[in-house]
Amino acid sequence: MVAFTLNGEARTLDVDPEMPLLWAVRDVIGLTGTKFGCGLAQCGACTVHVNGMPTRSCQTAVGDIEGASITTIEGVSGKIGETVQAVWAEFDVPQCGYCQSGQIMSAVALLTETPKPTDDDIDSAMSGNLCRCATYHRIRAAIHETANRLET
Amino acid sequence: MSQFLSKHNSVRPTRRRFLVGAGVTTAGLAVGYRLVLAASDIAQTTTAKVQANPFQTYVEITKENRIIIYSSQFEMGQGSYFGIATLVMEELDGDWAQVDVVGGYGNTALYGNVAWGGAAQATGGSTSMSSSWERYRKAGAAARALLVAAAAQRWDVPAGEIKVASGVVSHASGMQARYGDLAEAAAGMPVPDDVPLKPRDKWAQIGSDSLKRYDSAGKTNGAQTYTIDLMMEGLQTAVMIHPPKFGAEIESFDATKAKALDGIVDVVQTPRGIAVVGRDTWTALKGRDLVEVTWNEEKAEERGTAEIMAEYNKAADDLGAATARDDGNTPAAFASAEKIIEGHYEFPYLVHASIEPLNAAARINEDGTIDVWGGHQMPDLYQAAAAQVGGTTPDKVRLHVMKTGGSFGRRAVLDADVIIEAVSTARALGRGKPVKVQWTRENDMRGGRYRPAYVHAVKAGLDKKGNVVALHDHIVGQSVLGGSTSAAMIKNGIDPTSVEGATNLPYAIPNLKVELTTTDVNIPVLWWRSVGSTHTAYAVETLIDELAAAANRDPVDFRLSMLGHHPRHAAVLKVAAEKAGWDKPLPEGRFRGVALHESLSTYVADVVEITLNDENGFKVDRVVCAVDCGTAINPDQIRAQMEGGIGFGLGAILQEELTLKGGVVDQENYDTYTPLRIEQMPRVEVHIVPSEEPPTGVGEPGVPPIGPAVANALRAATGKTIRKLPIIKNMSGMTP
Ligand code: FES
Ligand code: FES
Repeated sequence: MVAFTLNGEARTLDVDPEMPLLWAVRDVIGLTGTKFGCGLAQCGACTVHVNGMPTRSCQTAVGDIEGASITTIEGVSGKIGETVQAVWAEFDVPQCGYCQSGQIMSAVALLTETPKPTDDDIDSAMSGNLCRCATYHRIRAAIHETANRLET
Repeated sequence: MSQFLSKHNSVRPTRRRFLVGAGVTTAGLAVGYRLVLAASDIAQTTTAKVQANPFQTYVEITKENRIIIYSSQFEMGQGSYFGIATLVMEELDGDWAQVDVVGGYGNTALYGNVAWGGAAQATGGSTSMSSSWERYRKAGAAARALLVAAAAQRWDVPAGEIKVASGVVSHASGMQARYGDLAEAAAGMPVPDDVPLKPRDKWAQIGSDSLKRYDSAGKTNGAQTYTIDLMMEGLQTAVMIHPPKFGAEIESFDATKAKALDGIVDVVQTPRGIAVVGRDTWTALKGRDLVEVTWNEEKAEERGTAEIMAEYNKAADDLGAATARDDGNTPAAFASAEKIIEGHYEFPYLVHASIEPLNAAARINEDGTIDVWGGHQMPDLYQAAAAQVGGTTPDKVRLHVMKTGGSFGRRAVLDADVIIEAVSTARALGRGKPVKVQWTRENDMRGGRYRPAYVHAVKAGLDKKGNVVALHDHIVGQSVLGGSTSAAMIKNGIDPTSVEGATNLPYAIPNLKVELTTTDVNIPVLWWRSVGSTHTAYAVETLIDELAAAANRDPVDFRLSMLGHHPRHAAVLKVAAEKAGWDKPLPEGRFRGVALHESLSTYVADVVEITLNDENGFKVDRVVCAVDCGTAINPDQIRAQMEGGIGFGLGAILQEELTLKGGVVDQENYDTYTPLRIEQMPRVEVHIVPSEEPPTGVGEPGVPPIGPAVANALRAATGKTIRKLPIIKNMSGMTP
């Protein structure tokens, strides 16, 4: 039995401790916004925040999250998160949209840490998030725009 | 990829007209059209089918005031739902907050792809807008006319005095109604024989730069669901074991250990591999590791890509098996040419590699009907395939058309691979037991259906004045259509998808020959975003650039001088060059390249700028793209598709390659098969050339020019053309 916080609520999970957090969140808890793309920490589609840190949930075992605070895309809140989501929609960043939960989780973490990121900051923070539709151009623009809006 | 409809080519409409049909449904007003084809047998079967199928419409207005648009075209990220909704909304004058778009199916007469003759429903070849342009606007206009007629009758005022805006019907007397309030009455109105469409100068939605996709919000908060996200009572998850080599078959397997694992529901043999069914994905994956399979590899492909490419290179120097185009007399022209450039190009296998790995869900119901959820890019075919595997008839198969996390061609597969796996697994589990087959990344990458590998042997000659007098391209590789249900499209040994982009070369070259040798390799292949143009554009456009250099001519002027009969090609080239500042000098270490290509009737030119760096590497800094896709329906989506196509194409030519050794695929995941990442994405500017021509597609045509444009910039920097892809792996030793 593992106890942790998920999107602000206390939860327990009684599953194989080796089960990746990704599958626990999706199949057991039923929050499907976190996506599966590779299972190998290569695509970033499964990115969640573990104690605020962007983390690949496909490589995080349930057994290792005792006491941790987990945020998934469904739990994004606050000024930074909401601004990111609004700008994302306004800029029509998503194409198929499948990678975008992970993109947004990484972008929120970046902007929380670095309120005014440069292109290089964006490249290194977002490099782990593949987008096969290659929406990168708009992701970059949307992150800059979010930073500008949050500044004012 | 229109070609798979070839067997229906005989029913190309010679005369088209639209018949409106409207009726009361339990929900409200439903408006559909049927396209009356000249082939009368199709027209005759239409009415019966329309009545039998719940998805009988293009547009439905419910009493709850929703506008439901049934899309014939599949949504995989390219914005087809939005585009079709834009066409409807332009004429219907609704409020976007009312709109839902649902995938229609099961009625070829309504949903058949008219860009390809209308005889099957399918999405591909960037035809979603051209096939929808007329019928969805007509549907919107008819629905509006019926709403107006209903309001006129109810309020007893002339229809001409009624106004419609943002989902509200009103009259100067103060009367007003929502669409939903009028839906039922509208359905009883006499149906107009035809309805006029708005003239171009009255358009408010089509061509609007500020109109945004209606479906973006759900893609920012996790609410948008895909096949992988399905949840329903009793749903199990299955993961697949596929043969280790293409053509290998299951000899026997032992699932005892797997079945002993808590949570494993069953282990099932399907026609395409073994499905391990568990209560959740993780359990199924653990069970999969415990299944022991003995494979029969007698019929398996044993070659690796090294052998295959060696064979192709050899074959490319021989005479081609078939001739796709032969203008003038190329041998004679080469004999008298002043200068000859020749060489071989090599293109590797490529994977679609959508981030959502392939999947589908199925349930055999108690009454024997079947539900199938998935990326139904070819609904007619999948319905038939599901019926066959499920032991029933197509009309007993309900499809649930899910949005997918990409496709790039992969969801339009003629053998209905994952659909067959899901339905046969569901059938083995028994009635009332839904199952979702979910491929892992490894299944997806090793599952075949690749962009075929090709070799091009090219030769081109210049005369004394520097004019191109002859060009010869011999293409060697597998046929996408060969062995498929569309093999009939292959005429005189030519699969048009192997040579497109080379045979329709726009340049005025008096002696031009394109040959094709189709190879026999047991590696399953498929159309991959822009199909033949993925390789032909690279070969031809880098060759043209080399010829320009040999002739001491500017690459843009050189091309323009050969485009006298192709004004649309010339126009995009000029726009890209002008916006990129082609004539302006670049800083030290920076170089430009240009390429031009038409695919699927859309014209695209790219000018790229690259910077060389110390490690003999380079970075693509900037891409200026000009596109002519006829009438621009959603300008911002055209830009998005060009941006995405550039990123997709750039990843491929820089660093994507699927290889095999001894018949086994080397790459399993994104660590070794490497799509473009954000740090490699250049700045992109897209310029849409204004046009009043009918709309053409944008999903694919952004891909072909980026590769040759980058290669041409590298040639400008180093003097060498990279003829073997991917570039990064093959550019070592290429010092500026
Ligand atoms: S699924 Fe976790 S990084 Fe790809
Ligand atoms: S939007 Fe399709 S993978 Fe990113």
